[in-house]
Amino acid sequence: MTLDFARRVEVTLRLNARSRTTVVSPRTTLLDWLRDDIGLTGAKKGCNEGACGTCTVLVDGRRMNGCLTLVVQCEGRSVTTVEGLAGMKGAGEVGGELHPVQRAFADHDAFQCGYCTPGQLMSAVACIAEGHATDDASVREWMSGNICRCSAYPQITAAVLAAAREEAGR
Amino acid sequence: MRDFAYARAGTAEAAVGTLAAPRTAVIAGGTELLNWFRLGIAAADRVVDIGGLDELRGIARDGDELRIGALATLNEVGEHPLVTRLAGALASACLQAASAQVRNRATIGGNVLQRTRCPYFRAEEPLPWPCNKRDPGSGCASLAGRHERQAIFGWTQDCVAVQPSDPAVALAALDARADVLGPAGPRTIPMREFHLTQREAAAAGEPMRETRLGADELITGYRLPVSTAGQAYVKVRERASYEYAIVSAAAAVRLAESAGGPRAAGAGEQRIAAARVALGSVAQRPWRLTAAEAELPGTPLTREALLPVIERAMADAVPLPQNGFKVTMARNAAVRALLAAGGAA
Repeated sequence: MTLDFARRVEVTLRLNARSRTTVVSPRTTLLDWLRDDIGLTGAKKGCNEGACGTCTVLVDGRRMNGCLTLVVQCEGRSVTTVEGLAGMKGAGEVGGELHPVQRAFADHDAFQCGYCTPGQLMSAVACIAEGHATDDASVREWMSGNICRCSAYPQITAAVLAAAREEAGR
Repeated sequence: MRDFAYARAGTAEAAVGTLAAPRTAVIAGGTELLNWFRLGIAAADRVVDIGGLDELRGIARDGDELRIGALATLNEVGEHPLVTRLAGALASACLQAASAQVRNRATIGGNVLQRTRCPYFRAEEPLPWPCNKRDPGSGCASLAGRHERQAIFGWTQDCVAVQPSDPAVALAALDARADVLGPAGPRTIPMREFHLTQREAAAAGEPMRETRLGADELITGYRLPVSTAGQAYVKVRERASYEYAIVSAAAAVRLAESAGGPRAAGAGEQRIAAARVALGSVAQRPWRLTAAEAELPGTPLTREALLPVIERAMADAVPLPQNGFKVTMARNAAVRALLAAGGAA
């Protein structure tokens, strides 16, 4: 039972609803691959150690830190970044209608500098889908993996709760 | 991060088979390993991915035991109805660990193998100060420098670090056993003995060893005795969420049936029939207060009655110059955990 260790690995995954096959060095993180190889710079590199959450993306619908995930660990998985949130205009062309969570962030001024926003948005989408956006305390607890150094936390909390209410009302 | 060669294991045996070669690391969630690589805490030429092993997944009841696969994520363990009902302290410890997105990657198998949060240890190479864990024989910068977060039990002049895992504290308090696979086959390690204090490691002739897990062994899961005792995990930290513990405590409490019905014991006073309690972030392993556990049966479930029992059980604490407060804080956390587990808080 000898395993073959490879220095280049072919990975097939879905990225924002589109299938992609790529060949990577095993050490390539999902975050570096998205930003440097694919050119999707929505997910940001803040701390690069899992502490800040601005690289948060969805993998099979679950939020994860892109900096703590290797591309080789995403074989067969479905990755959604902030670029995939808004409605697609056509084949991979962005610029459609804002996702309700994006609109709620705009409506509630849930940012100042915006550096943490892509991660906040992805985390909020997951937080709502998980059923954790029930009240102030629950949102603060379940959004604690996303740091906002401008400290827009009250507005972020309000936006998440508003988007959750809107979702429940639909 | 230096590059490495990568392979996906098809079976746990195949993964273990690769570990005989030096500089081979296992990746499951990767939340610790990638940061070790970045900082130079670990280096590997080969990484074997066990993430696809369905045999290591899953949470199920098996008679009197709760079985948790090593690849269950902290969120899966923390939110699983069987764990919430039968091992509530573990569920709570998992959900108070890290952040929602880290908990979707971090596995319960890897979590107990995380290393200390000592800032002298967690610096990028080349290390600007001594650390015996990083560079054996160089010394301990924390002992001579800042050490308010460090151990109050079991430390040595070589190292004063604590083990930061929350789930490990609950696993130790609940008498969980780790199922481990090595080249010679499977074995189990009781979680209350899994980690080693610096003093225990030194006595065994390997002063920097941190666990009883062999370098060629893999945790495949845990087994916990099913318990109907009330449980709690209390975590004391500097911010309300997404922060390591300064101290923590896990407790399980079974109350005595009062002789003449629930209200007969006068003023509704409840007494403990049996209790288990462990402290976290006070040593390089979860710290079971066994002396207290022996004394607790018959003790009223009140703060006043519990305090002296816990104090006696912690009389052998040896705080460092800067962390005497942790003795008081840990004592209070243990009392709070017992009260909460017994339903009195």
